[in-house]
Amino acid sequence: MENLNLKLKIWRQSSPNDKGAFVSYDVSGLNTHMSFLEMLDVLNEKLVVTGDDPVAFDHDCREGICGMCSMVINGKPHGPQKGTTTCQLHMRHFKDGDTVTIEPWRAKPFPVLKDLIVDRSSFDRIIQSGGYISVNTGSAPDGNSLPISKEIAEDAFDAAACIGCGACVAACKNASASLFVSAKVSQLSLLPQGQPEREERVKNMVSKMDEEGFGHCTNTGACEAECPKEISLEYIRKLNWEYHRSNIKG
Amino acid sequence: MKTYFTSTIFRKTIASLSGVFLVLFLLGHLLGNLQLFISGEAGQKQFNEYAFFMTTNPVVKILSLVTYTSIILHIALTFYLTIQSKNARPVKYAVSSGTSNSSWASNNMAVLGTFLLIFLVIHLKSFWYEMHFGSVEMDLWGNKDLHSVTVTAFHELWYVLIYLVSMIALGFHLKHGLESAFQTLGVRTRKYSSAITNLTTGLVLLIPIIFASIPIFIYIKNI
Amino acid sequence: MILDNKIPAGPLEDKWTNYKAKVPLVSPSNKRNLEVIIIGTGLAGASAAASLAEMGYKVKTFCFQDSPRRAHSIAAQGGINAAKNYQNDGDSTYRLFYDTIKGGDYRAREANVYRLAEVSASIIDQCVAQGVPFAREYGGTLDNRSFGGVQVSRTFYARGQTGQQLLLGAYSALSRQISKGNVQMFNRHEMLDIVKIDGKARGVIVRNLVTGEYQRHFGHAVVLATGGYGNVYYLSTNAMGSNVTASWKAHKKGAMFANPSYTQIHPTCIPVSGEYQSKLTLMSESLRNDGRIWVPLKKGDKRRPIDIPEEERDYYLERRYPAFGNLVPRDVASRAAKERCDAGYGVGSTGLAVFLDFEDSIKRLGKEVVASRYGNLFEMYQKITGEDPYKMPMRIFPAVHYTMGGLWVDYDLMTTVPGLYAIGECNFSDHGANRLGASALMQGLADGYFVLPYTIGKYLSDDIRTPAISTEDEQFEKAEKEAKNRVNKLLNNNGNRSVESFHRELGKVVWDHCGMSRNKNDLEKAIETIKDLKAEFWTNVSVPGEENVINPELAKAGRVADFIELGELMMRDALARDESCGGHFREEHQTDEGEALRDDTNFAFTSAWEFSGEKTPSKLNKETLEFENVQLTQRSYK
Repeated sequence: MENLNLKLKIWRQSSPNDKGAFVSYDVSGLNTHMSFLEMLDVLNEKLVVTGDDPVAFDHDCREGICGMCSMVINGKPHGPQKGTTTCQLHMRHFKDGDTVTIEPWRAKPFPVLKDLIVDRSSFDRIIQSGGYISVNTGSAPDGNSLPISKEIAEDAFDAAACIGCGACVAACKNASASLFVSAKVSQLSLLPQGQPEREERVKNMVSKMDEEGFGHCTNTGACEAECPKEISLEYIRKLNWEYHRSNIKG
Repeated sequence: MKTYFTSTIFRKTIASLSGVFLVLFLLGHLLGNLQLFISGEAGQKQFNEYAFFMTTNPVVKILSLVTYTSIILHIALTFYLTIQSKNARPVKYAVSSGTSNSSWASNNMAVLGTFLLIFLVIHLKSFWYEMHFGSVEMDLWGNKDLHSVTVTAFHELWYVLIYLVSMIALGFHLKHGLESAFQTLGVRTRKYSSAITNLTTGLVLLIPIIFASIPIFIYIKNI
Repeated sequence: MILDNKIPAGPLEDKWTNYKAKVPLVSPSNKRNLEVIIIGTGLAGASAAASLAEMGYKVKTFCFQDSPRRAHSIAAQGGINAAKNYQNDGDSTYRLFYDTIKGGDYRAREANVYRLAEVSASIIDQCVAQGVPFAREYGGTLDNRSFGGVQVSRTFYARGQTGQQLLLGAYSALSRQISKGNVQMFNRHEMLDIVKIDGKARGVIVRNLVTGEYQRHFGHAVVLATGGYGNVYYLSTNAMGSNVTASWKAHKKGAMFANPSYTQIHPTCIPVSGEYQSKLTLMSESLRNDGRIWVPLKKGDKRRPIDIPEEERDYYLERRYPAFGNLVPRDVASRAAKERCDAGYGVGSTGLAVFLDFEDSIKRLGKEVVASRYGNLFEMYQKITGEDPYKMPMRIFPAVHYTMGGLWVDYDLMTTVPGLYAIGECNFSDHGANRLGASALMQGLADGYFVLPYTIGKYLSDDIRTPAISTEDEQFEKAEKEAKNRVNKLLNNNGNRSVESFHRELGKVVWDHCGMSRNKNDLEKAIETIKDLKAEFWTNVSVPGEENVINPELAKAGRVADFIELGELMMRDALARDESCGGHFREEHQTDEGEALRDDTNFAFTSAWEFSGEKTPSKLNKETLEFENVQLTQRSYK
């Protein structure tokens, strides 16, 4: 419950076309049990009362699952704690007197809309290009008609745990979306339900990923290290394999 | 198929394959160079005969062409992909995460590669160019005396140091490059992951160390 | 107004089958010309949008988040019920129906609940086919667990992220239809009003939250799938953006609001740690399967829990409910925790928490087994509190989690405004006065995949001759103007209190007087308090920033203004329901042992509130609940 005083350097940008710059704020008397976003709430409430424009940031569920919160804290997407989204990062991980730099995700396919808010609809478009199994409502066979080994189901789940926050892109020095794309491709290509569209899916999703302007993957592993859901690089390996396989098969 | 050839994944696959071929080339090159450890005239004779064989044999010539192509493809594609990645992040971060989430080598492949390219130019100028187009004297057995050119070159300390530093750079470049290639090709599965790591670690240590030991050996022998 | 619930005639188990067999159909060529607007892209909205688009309707969907994948359905942890009887433990459609009716303390409609149980099995099939990675047995079949104190294992789950996986399944189906051009998706758009033409819902006014632009959209029908209103309490387990605005605007346009005071307070949440708290985090109630809940026997005992000896602990649930112990339903467990804390036995810095202890389970099962069952929850607890639950009992307290109340709908899921539908949590739903665990996901998907796509056809088949109405129509004009005026009023108010401070104050009033226990006196006072708060809000709220850029404060201000009005209605509803049932506990109506006491003679009805203007209190309409298949009994968990 100690009192924490911080100096914040926050990226402020009033609109997509504004140049933007860092602005410094001092926040004092913070409780260490606060979450990082609650710390920003405190700052914002002060700004509102003094008639200033509060810092805009994306957030929603505040329990680490919706994938909406997105900020780079001291050079790390979602901050210093491993396997944790910004909303679940708590102030006990900071020391009194620290300077904290807060930036938006940086990538061409994630243009800044305001302050720390970026537009991630490129991720939606990638899913729309093939991240699904084509099955109309009502046409599904019985759930148990297709046995799936526990091992495969677990592996598919590990990939499906992706929350689509974009930290992988933010962390990658190439701004590559490979981890995001690979998670969906792997989930669906591991499962028997995903087989009929297996080849087309990976081809379309990779094309879309390239078209959106993401960088390429150089296997640095930064995405895996910063992913709040700790999605494995193994899925990027699988994405590459699936992509070669689909194209060679024709 | 058309999208395959223009995709980032295909391009880096070619970069990987050319890289892997260059590692194989390095292994061959290294084996040949081991002959520099043979001292005296016997060593000179054998090395120069080997050099003659390597510059005239038709099979080797074809392999050389593949090597040149690999070098050019590797440079061109990695250069292209590096530019593409730079474009993917027009505004840089103010604070960098550094090596807290990824290895130093993986973040500096382009720098290491550029350094190796400069080394390659120096290296080719000293030996390959001299052998092909320079005025290398004949040895006692009628072959071009590349052995003497090499040994003389490594009597200079600064020249030896360039090689040492370059081999360290090569080690780092290979360390990330080789493992990354297996990942890009899609063969680094969980099952083979540790075997691949062991193999690459072995190669990454062996190739630069043995290469570097040759100039050191020659330099020390001379003092 | 007489409420016609349009329940089909015939025996309970045949109603839905007969309905489907006789419901008018719309031909494919006509479907292409029929436009449907769907607000919200959670489980209900996304599944409905995908299904309707697959059928051939032209669909437009809207969400306020940056992507349909963010909807708060994603946060549901535990699982989804379905009467598959895969475990061969005697489950059936009837049992699921019966458990739901009983769990809801006999305040839900029999026919709707039966239909829900009936379609539950298809949901699982559909989700499996979409690639939802449900938990599996070693033999490859689907795994089940038991949930919320029922006697069968009918809950399907995907680790502790069932909601996420189901939502991503629905999102993928929606994405497929977007890519085919059958659905037009609008992210970061908020609905500000319903447009009614000739008494029917014909469109919406939305505001683009990025550019501030107002848009008019026409639809032959409008579907609200906008979730619950738990954020009226300020602190809840809902997402920060969850709001009542769409439902409230619909209410003001003539849709009745049913049972607004029926809220579910979930017993196992992480307690409040300070004034700055912005939301509460729920931990799956599966924790109660192995954890033991207790408080110290001595008031104000400040010793560390591990230093308090066994004989000085009060395992109050085990003491009060020997048959069910720690597994009593949510409402019962929550009230019991409140009772202990009110009596001064609460723990933690605020005194508003009880212990949830795994010491015995760790001794009995070993740390590894406990970790495999609850590891991710323990980790989450540790992230938030900084304490290690393997070494120190967790502190928990009840928190608002789900709202059973919502827009009144008939059997077709249509509100009292023709052409306006409400699905998922935003309707008053099938859960009566208390929802059973793992039933919310089931209801959202049942409505979206398997109910609405049939029932909406009944309305639209009558509408095939209606051409698309121009959005230049005066009703669109009028609605847009009203929405604009309101936004301008908020922006130019020049007050000196933040929106947040109003929301916090409202939340405290609603929590204190319309939370886990309610009484006449408090409710009457609270109505006045909220009226004053509303007046102060409109004179003193300060909304900074501009209209034509992203302005989260502005969006929040509009939502809080609606919450304030809803708060008053909740008080009125709680006051009018002069009995205790499920989550609604009136202190005046309890048994000698402090349990909820229902009054079936006078209150076996659904309260449907009708908006009667800004100055007049809403009017109460009653839909009598007929129980033909179950016998009403007092719930007992002793």
